Amino acid sequence: MDSTRKGKWSIQRFGMLLLFAALAIFALFPLATLAVASFKPAQELIRFGLNLRLDRELLTFDNYVHIFSPETFYLKWYANSIIIALVFTVLCLLLSSMVGYALAVYRFKLRNLIFLLVLVIMAVPLEIIMLPLYQLSIDMKLINNMWGVILPFVVAPLPIFFFRQYASGLPKDFLDAARVDGCTEYGIFFRIMMPLMAPAFSSMAILQALFSWNNFLWPLIVLNNTAKLTIPIGLSTLLTPYGNNYQVLIAGSVFAIIPVLIVFVFFQRYFIEGMTAGGVKG
Amino acid sequence: MTGRRSNLLYSQKIAPYVFVVPFLLSFAIFFVYPVYSAITMSFQEIVPGEAKYVGTANYEELWNPSFLKALKNSTVYTALTIVLLIPIPLVLAVFLNSKAMVFKNFFRSTLFIPALTSVVVAGTIFRMAFGELDGSLMNTIVTALGFEKQRWLGDQWLALMTLLILACWRWMGINLLYFMAGLQNIPKELYESAEIDGAGTWKKFTRITVPLLKPITIYVFTISIYGGYAMFTESYMLWSGNRSPKDIGLTMVGYLYRSGWEQFNLGLGAAVGVVLLVITLLVTVIQLRFFGLFKKED
Repeated sequence: MDSTRKGKWSIQRFGMLLLFAALAIFALFPLATLAVASFKPAQELIRFGLNLRLDRELLTFDNYVHIFSPETFYLKWYANSIIIALVFTVLCLLLSSMVGYALAVYRFKLRNLIFLLVLVIMAVPLEIIMLPLYQLSIDMKLINNMWGVILPFVVAPLPIFFFRQYASGLPKDFLDAARVDGCTEYGIFFRIMMPLMAPAFSSMAILQALFSWNNFLWPLIVLNNTAKLTIPIGLSTLLTPYGNNYQVLIAGSVFAIIPVLIVFVFFQRYFIEGMTAGGVKG
Repeated sequence: MTGRRSNLLYSQKIAPYVFVVPFLLSFAIFFVYPVYSAITMSFQEIVPGEAKYVGTANYEELWNPSFLKALKNSTVYTALTIVLLIPIPLVLAVFLNSKAMVFKNFFRSTLFIPALTSVVVAGTIFRMAFGELDGSLMNTIVTALGFEKQRWLGDQWLALMTLLILACWRWMGINLLYFMAGLQNIPKELYESAEIDGAGTWKKFTRITVPLLKPITIYVFTISIYGGYAMFTESYMLWSGNRSPKDIGLTMVGYLYRSGWEQFNLGLGAAVGVVLLVITLLVTVIQLRFFGLFKKED
């Protein structure tokens, strides 16, 4: 009896392994074709589209050489993306953690109302208000300006929600002890609570930096000067029917994923926590 | 005087308000005002420097083939992503969570990798792989299997299929993670006592797993609706800038973008935004009505 059971398990195990292997190939295959394509001459791409064909003689680093040459804006876009991601993430984490912390720790009048507003903002997609937001950005002189990309979303509902959940779970008995020792309310937050919330900061830092790095719709609207673009917007301007810039498009896409993959390999846990943060139960 | 004021600023009463000031400011400027302004604009005809009240004219103008096509495309896309991206990741999560499975972490991470790419990169890949050229990846595959080559992005159903494959590629791993997180919260004793009562795998799945995953399923369902109706970048990338033949890839947000930024018809664009807002509110109300917001499900 035991042996038949074992046999059944191994068939099941084999079947599942096969299924997941197929899914893993489905997940990685498109990225593999992109990586292969980045080493092919652009004419090949225009003639044959994306495929896995690989001619030894045709392989070339030209595309990568090209994106780093001063003829293209690619490095400029890369720098813009890095600066925007850094400033956005730092500000977003600071401001959102303050709100989340206040909602978790203090019993004040607006507390429930603010929490409700946070949930409402989470439910209303940006797309609905982007037209008036664009008008507002014109009035505030935020067009073609990195602050125009950053400011409207810097106090983000999801991180507030996440920090609130996290801070609610922390012990609070030492808060009064700290007060007796002469620590101010702000001192408590910056010197005591922030270090305690470090894991939450890691998850949210990764989530927000990734969001900023890949963000498309809003930067597309606010930025229209070629030198000011971020990587996704810059790349999207290259996808013209004439295909004259495919080498930058392909090599640039690969080069944009690499830092994300590196961070993912080292900080997987925080990625996963951050990305599934919305599902955290209240 | 100043001493007293700074004491007040540092008091426990005022501190929480200081902490939430940035939120309140940003909420008023970048949320309340735009929402109010979207509603006002949707009743106006706007030419540079002048806004004229036109009643419901913008909403009446929405009753045109392009908008209805966009509404239909977005609705069909949303419905099908839900049909595909809830049951499949749920079952996969159960498989991946089972004792018999090996290399769990490897598969979990691998399936998650597409979610790390931007829609721009994903769209670039899919646009080229689903190109109409003989040598494109998909045409190589179908001709090798003995079928005719296809114009993937030129036909209504093939275009929808391409969008759905793209959605599955990017979202399967994330939804899988949501369901796996939900499975961690189901107490093992439930399965043990069910086994003692003689319940088989199927019965355990339908009687324990599915009902106890309800909260996370509702969450995934809700974000899928929001995400489905907000879909735009995928279509923007596949058809290089919102220009699909016969609008086969036009979405609600694509229509908003077209009226607001390509035709400078701000009033019409704002009206599309308000329609989207109504859809969002309906979804939220239905969700609240049937499932409750703060109700503890367990």
